[in-house]
Amino acid sequence: MGRYVVRRLVQMVPVFIGSTLLIFLMVNVMGDPVAGLCGDRQCDAATAAQLKKEFGLDQPVWQQYLTYMGNVFTGDFGTAFNGQEVTELMSTAFPVTFRLTVVAILFEVLIGITLGVVTGLRRGRPIDTGVLLLTLVVISVPTFVTGLLLQLLLGVERDWIRPSVSTEAPFDELIVPGLVLASVSLAYVTRLTRTSIAENRRSDYVRTAIAKGLPRHRVVTRHLLRNSLIPVVTFIGADIGFLMGGAIVTERIFNIHGVGYQLYQGILRQNTQTVVGFVTVLVLVFLLCNLVVDLLYAVLDPRIRYA
Amino acid sequence: MRGATNAGWAACAVAVALAATACGGGGDSGGDGGGDGGAVLSSSWTDPQNPLEPANTNEVQGGKVLSMIFRGLKQYDPKTGEAEDMLAEKIETSDSRNYTVTVKDGWTFSDGEKVTAKSFVDAWNYGASLRNNQKNAYFFSYIEGYDKVHPAKGEQGAETMSGLKVTGERTFTVRLSQKFSSFPDTLGYNAFVPLPRAFYDDHDGWLAKPVGNGPYAVESYTKGSEMRLTKWDAYPGEDAARNGGVTLKVYTDNNTAYTDLMAGNLDLVDDVPAQQLKNVTNDLGDRYLNTPAGIIQTLAFPFYDKNWNKAGSVKVRKGLSRAINRKQITETIFQKTRTPATDWTSPVLGADGGYKEGLCGEWCQYDAAAAKKLIKEGGGLPGDQVKITYNADTGSHKLWVDAVCNSINNALDNDRACVGNPIGTFADFRSKSTTQKLSGPFRAGWQMDYPLTQNFLQPLYYTDASSNDGKWSNEEFDRLVDEANAETDPARAVEMFQKAERVVRDNMAAIPLWYQNGSAGWSERLSNVALNPFSVPVYDQIKVG
Repeated sequence: MGRYVVRRLVQMVPVFIGSTLLIFLMVNVMGDPVAGLCGDRQCDAATAAQLKKEFGLDQPVWQQYLTYMGNVFTGDFGTAFNGQEVTELMSTAFPVTFRLTVVAILFEVLIGITLGVVTGLRRGRPIDTGVLLLTLVVISVPTFVTGLLLQLLLGVERDWIRPSVSTEAPFDELIVPGLVLASVSLAYVTRLTRTSIAENRRSDYVRTAIAKGLPRHRVVTRHLLRNSLIPVVTFIGADIGFLMGGAIVTERIFNIHGVGYQLYQGILRQNTQTVVGFVTVLVLVFLLCNLVVDLLYAVLDPRIRYA
Repeated sequence: MRGATNAGWAACAVAVALAATACGGGGDSGGDGGGDGGAVLSSSWTDPQNPLEPANTNEVQGGKVLSMIFRGLKQYDPKTGEAEDMLAEKIETSDSRNYTVTVKDGWTFSDGEKVTAKSFVDAWNYGASLRNNQKNAYFFSYIEGYDKVHPAKGEQGAETMSGLKVTGERTFTVRLSQKFSSFPDTLGYNAFVPLPRAFYDDHDGWLAKPVGNGPYAVESYTKGSEMRLTKWDAYPGEDAARNGGVTLKVYTDNNTAYTDLMAGNLDLVDDVPAQQLKNVTNDLGDRYLNTPAGIIQTLAFPFYDKNWNKAGSVKVRKGLSRAINRKQITETIFQKTRTPATDWTSPVLGADGGYKEGLCGEWCQYDAAAAKKLIKEGGGLPGDQVKITYNADTGSHKLWVDAVCNSINNALDNDRACVGNPIGTFADFRSKSTTQKLSGPFRAGWQMDYPLTQNFLQPLYYTDASSNDGKWSNEEFDRLVDEANAETDPARAVEMFQKAERVVRDNMAAIPLWYQNGSAGWSERLSNVALNPFSVPVYDQIKVG
């Protein structure tokens, strides 16, 4: 197990380098970021040159990348165009998005798995069909529609929530945005769990467990659910990364100043430092989530043990 | 359909349950600024692009803050746009080149430091110095010695501009490198405000919490999310704030800001999103304002491309101008928040200030037959097609570019005569247009720096001027602008500028499209809301409650 973890960690290095290099190149291909800094007027040549020097844009891309990576290992992610350290931006943005992601994942786990188990055990009954239809609707309606509708309905018409989340973004304000963010994945989790449960319900070990006379809830939670959760865990694990990076739409609608917002601003302003910095961290999050998922397999199914 | 309604109800039920708890929790900590007597208002804001230094701020959102916490020698009247003395006791000149400025007595910064002649001179030298990377440094380029502190190439040769001299505690002299009679009128611009010692001594500290001499003082600044400004009680000026303060809240999307206004969480929105324009009178009634601002939208041409700069090109450009149905586009797409342009300046200048309604004449009037004829006479469209380049990331430019193309296509009876050419980001668009990489017309919006005709013409059309991205060049125009700048009588100067503007018209150096309005919507708590010519709310005049 220990060796497996180490091997996985070592594998992360080339992935990390490759993905950051790709992002770096992509952002650089977009052209000269300094041109956008002076508004509808051209920066005078001297100031532009000076700015390029300050942001290190006057060097060849490979050299910029090396310098950048060198700095990253010392914890320096560079400076955004508005003079803020990227690490400072991260320290405000990541906790907010992290909270949002936690809320979303909780919804996925609690509602998604519960609905999945309920429908999986009652396949073909009205409740199954109902939930199936509901998930279909949730999947097919774009997030921004659900988001804007809920915001309008609950925030403006009913006054139950604040349409925009405050700067501190405490958990209670993130409930509705979290639900919106989770909605599509939630539907998938429901469907995944349902299929998995329905499949495993007829398997030998479940029959054996029932034959042993175990109480129903024990059969379901200890035997059926545990084995059915493997695909679901994979999905949720990968989803953590997606949710953190893909919260742009939800964060915009509810005015949450998290990772999505910073990335969006960074791309609009072609701010290489911000974009690459945030994506670097997101890549790390992805990699770690994948590792955790793989380790969880072993916990869920002792047959899958790594040497 | 049934499924959909069911789902809707289910979603609501869940959300209701959640919202109930959310409200319970949030209510205790609530109060959101309304608790302290209702005197503080909240307003929508966008994160400034550059660090908040006066000579480094070139967009509206940063400028908004500067105009609240700073006062310069001059101040533009929020209604007429006229430059009036603020900190200037008098600005004297006999030759439009050497100016003597006397600063009023009794002004201080909010940290107690006195505002002196030195506060100005040091600030201007700081702004001009190449070493400080100030993006608005060119504002000081008229001052003698600018080329030493800000050379186009090579090392900086001097620390300060030779044209600036402190002659007393409250007086200093300015010597310009050329005659410029409207120079005093430019001094209302944010780049020219005085700076306190704290700015130089503790620069990072100052940036984290700027200190100025205006009606408001910064109480706290959380970058990227919120700035709290409170009324500065010891403010010596006559335009002291009529409210207790302003909280600027950063919104990622102006739609959310509008929604927050509707929900009662926000008092003022100074940019009503285009999608909401249809509902705005219904939603807000007379709490909505839509007035002209000093912004004009034009189509510029690549004069460096010989396809657009040959014998018949003038006719082609004029033909294109006549093929655009401005009235229809401003009414249907912009819901009358734009006004069809009939000259190259802006109505906010007023007739005395140089705005000349109808100067463009028939060339800006829609006439499909005439357009067709002109383009044919001019040798047809280069490559039989025009591509209008724009940035697709902000400002709903796609909408109007498509409409303009539609209009041109209809007028010319040719589906392929005009297409839009979107570019992903503003930065990329700017880098392509400023390096002359575009081969067709491109959008060229212009927001004035100060309400002067000069500002609408010189930076855009003078040979090699800072925003003359299409590289248009015309000797007669240049000569007329030089003469107008040297003219000491304002009325005569305006006349000369209009002569120059006619040269722009006769060559159709750029197609004027429409003047942009500023818009604002506000809550029932506010009254006396107005927008200045820069489409920024006049915060200090707003009354709360």
